[in-house]
Formats: sequence, C-alpha cells, structure tokens
Amino acid sequence: MEYFTQLFLGGLTRGSIYALIALGYTMVYGIIELINFTHGEIYMIGAFTALITASVLTLYGFNELSILVMASLVAVIYSSAYGYTIEKIAYKPLRHAPRLSPLISAIGMSIFLQNYVLLAQTSDFVPFPALVPEFAFMKAYEHIFSSAELMILLTTTVVMIILSCVIKFTKTGMAMRATAQDRKMAMLVGVDVNRIISVTFIIGSALAAVGGVLIASHIGQINFYIGFIAGIKAFTAAVLGGIGSIPGAVLGGFVLGWTESFATGYVSSDYEDVFAFALLVLILIFRPAGILGKSKSEKV
Amino acid sequence: MLKLVNVKTSYGNIEALKGISMEVHEGEIITLIGSNGAGKTTTLMSISGITPPRAGEILFMGRPIHNMSPDMIVSHGISQVPEGRHIFPELSVMENLHMGAFLRTDREGIAKDIDYVFGLFPILTDRRHQAGGTLSGGEQQMLAISRALMARPRLLLLDEPSLGLAPKVVKQIFDIIRRINTEQKTTVFLVEQNANLALQAAHRGYVMENGRIVLEDHADRLLSNEEVKKAYLGM
Repeated sequence: MEYFTQLFLGGLTRGSIYALIALGYTMVYGIIELINFTHGEIYMIGAFTALITASVLTLYGFNELSILVMASLVAVIYSSAYGYTIEKIAYKPLRHAPRLSPLISAIGMSIFLQNYVLLAQTSDFVPFPALVPEFAFMKAYEHIFSSAELMILLTTTVVMIILSCVIKFTKTGMAMRATAQDRKMAMLVGVDVNRIISVTFIIGSALAAVGGVLIASHIGQINFYIGFIAGIKAFTAAVLGGIGSIPGAVLGGFVLGWTESFATGYVSSDYEDVFAFALLVLILIFRPAGILGKSKSEKV
Repeated sequence: MLKLVNVKTSYGNIEALKGISMEVHEGEIITLIGSNGAGKTTTLMSISGITPPRAGEILFMGRPIHNMSPDMIVSHGISQVPEGRHIFPELSVMENLHMGAFLRTDREGIAKDIDYVFGLFPILTDRRHQAGGTLSGGEQQMLAISRALMARPRLLLLDEPSLGLAPKVVKQIFDIIRRINTEQKTTVFLVEQNANLALQAAHRGYVMENGRIVLEDHADRLLSNEEVKKAYLGM
C-alpha cells in the first residue's frame, strides 16, 4: 500500500507539472487554433533564466526559499516577454494565412530557440541547485513524498486556482472565453482580439516558466533540449483532456502523470514513454476529441 | 448620421460590394432588402469593420470609420446583431450582456441597462444564469439584441432578426425594434429577407442586387412598387 501511495503521489506531482504546461497549449489553441510548438522552449528558457538568477543570488548569500521565489519571478517575466514577442514575430503576421503556415512557423521558432540556447549556453547538462529546502515536518514522510514534490504540488495548485479565478471573474478572463467561443462576435462587441491573444500568450508562458523552475529544481539538471520532451508530454496531456478545454488540460495532465508513474512502478521504467504515448493513441482512436473535449463540426 | 460613399468590398477576388452609396439619418429605421447573396451582410460587416472596404468611404457622424478597427467602431456607437445571433454559447445570459457592455466602465449605468433589457424581454430574467447556448432560437435573438443594446449604440445594425423564428416571436421582436427606435432614439439599420415585414417597420428602404443598390425610396412607396412587389413580396 505504501508503494502504491508513493506512486500515486509521484504521479500527482508529475501530472500537476504536465497540467501547468498543458494549460498554455490549450489556452492558445482555444483562442487561435494553433498548436504553439514553441511552448516547450518557453519552459526551457524559464528554467535557464531561473538558473542564471539563482546563481547570481547565491553569490549574495540569499537563502534557498527566497532565491526560489525571486528566480521564479524573473523566469516568469522573462518567459512572458518571450511568449509575447514570439507571437508578434512568428504568428501575428500569419493570422490570415492558411492554417499550416503558423504551424510551420512555430516549429521553426522552436528549432531556432533550442539552437540559440545551445549556442549561448552549452550542449551539456548543467546542474540546477535544489531550491526547495527539506521541511522538518516532512521528515516522517520523506520516503514516499519529498519536500520538493510537496512544493510542486502546492505551487501548481495555487497557480491553477489563481488562473481559474482570473478566467472566471475578471473582465479580461470573460473576454478570453468569449473570444475562444466566437472570435468574430467578440470583435463585434468591441474586444480588441489582438490584445486578448497577447494576454493569452503571456499567461501561458508564465505558467510554463513556473513549471520549468519547479521541475529543474526537482530534477537537478537542465539543458537546451528539456523543452522538447516536456512540450511533447504536456501537448499529449492537452490532447488527452481535450485540446481547447482548460479543465481538460488539468485532467489530462493528471491522467498522464499517473499513467507514467504506475507504468514505471509496476512494469518498468524503460516503458514510461511507451505507456504515455500508447494512452494518447488509444484516446485518439476511441475518443478523438479528448476526455472533456467536445467534438464540433467545422465552423462555416 | 451614417454615410456610405461608393463602398467596394471584396473577398479575395470576388467583389461582393461593387460601389454602394447610402445614407442613414438620425432617428430613422432604414432597411436594406434583397435576395440571398446580394451583399446585405457584407454591407453590415463593412460598416462594423470586420471586412473593411477596399475602396470608398464610410462616414459616421461626419467622421471616417472605414479604417478603424472593429472595437473602435463599437466605441463610436455602432453595434451589430449579426445574422445567426452569435450568442457566446458557454457564457451565461448575464455574461453575454456584460460582454455587450465590454467597452463601458460605468457600473451603475450597466446595471441600469441590464434592468432595461430585462424589461424589454422579461423571459431573459428567468434565464439569467443559464448558458447562452441552451436558449431557444427566439430567446437567443432577444439576447443578441439585448447584448447589442448594452453598448448603448447610437446606431443599431440588425442582420436578419426574423430568420428561423416563429411568427409570434418575429412580431414580438419587431415590436421591440420599433420601441427601441422611439424610446431610446436609437437609429436602426435593418437587413431582412422578409421584405414585407421590414418595409412595414422601416421609414425608408434600399433594394440591393448583386452588390449594387438598385432602388431607394420611402418604405411605403417601395411596398407599392410593382417591381419590388414582384421580386421580393411574392405578389
């Protein structure tokens, strides 16, 4: 039973990170129907920004927790700026182009950013400091659930609650939902759709940056390629839950996290990705719109 | 109030509006009638800035608006109820109304106007927390008109408000359109396929064919015009 609990909690932690990144995919897709392939790179850039910030702050002798908070903040600001700029450069000029064009542009941007970080940093894995301290009250549970995992779970939960409040209760959140449901009508009531798209990219990027910092600190090393794997996994989570659906992205993240965790624990860790993507294939065959997605007819 | 001068609008290579000129005076109800594909909806979308004209001028209160973005046009006082209603399906009735008031910041005025539209369409009051997509066609049309009114427009553009509705509901909606026009002094630009209905409600009318305005007159004179009778009134 203890082993099961451990796997369950491990899956929950992992899933919450997938959910956090998947939200960015699903929100962007909901508004402009684009799979934003640079999203994983935003996550990677967030991790690197946090690493640089943390290294500097360590020199000044700050404690771990304050470094974590400040590094996350810098990463969030930096990644959001990247997300905003990428949309303006790579997607906005293609707003009225055929759907394939922005997709290719996204893949190109993703390759560009990976190689930019490769050149600016290094191709090797670089160590990332463990920024989450060992909490004393977690000592008794350490063998099944670490302090770092607790921190991940708490942070992602808080961030997701804030996000849903923004989307539910603020005027901008309402405009985001309206734009996702009927873009032309949103324009007809006076929504500046370009602004809403920018806001969506900024929010999605901020979430990815938080995910990047948390995971980097938990795993302890990063390189230019981590965004690709994380991006593919989170994209899988978004599709599992039903792309375009915000609760779907969260659910998809957890389902994927548990699948991987239990598959690793009960079968073999070599098969982690096999199970993740087998699940994706099965969902696509039997429920193409995803768990919470609605199959809709093409709008005319 | 609104003036279109030789407006041309194209979709790709297809010219939907081949140079139309019209004028709407403050306080009146004007109607634009014509068969399917004549360019009526394109005319409204050009005014709203969704499909900006390729050539020509659109003036509102003397100011050119044909280069403005749709949200700027709304802020100048033009609201549209598009064909097919376009209710935000997953937003509640209240949220749909608040979206109509998106560019306004006067909370009290918004609350007052919500009461006003609930007075116009009492049935919406009972549905206020229901998702827009779950309303019947008639209720959606009422909500769409209410949402447009929430912007406090000086000019209300209505595209086929009678489409697919039961005659009783159509009558109710047209009564309200007339009431808005007299009570709120809102100028109304009505596009309809149901020419008989539209000409009875309107002061003046324009007839459109293949992207051109072919006839313009007082509504009662259009109603008795032989050509209009034959082509659009089925007489």
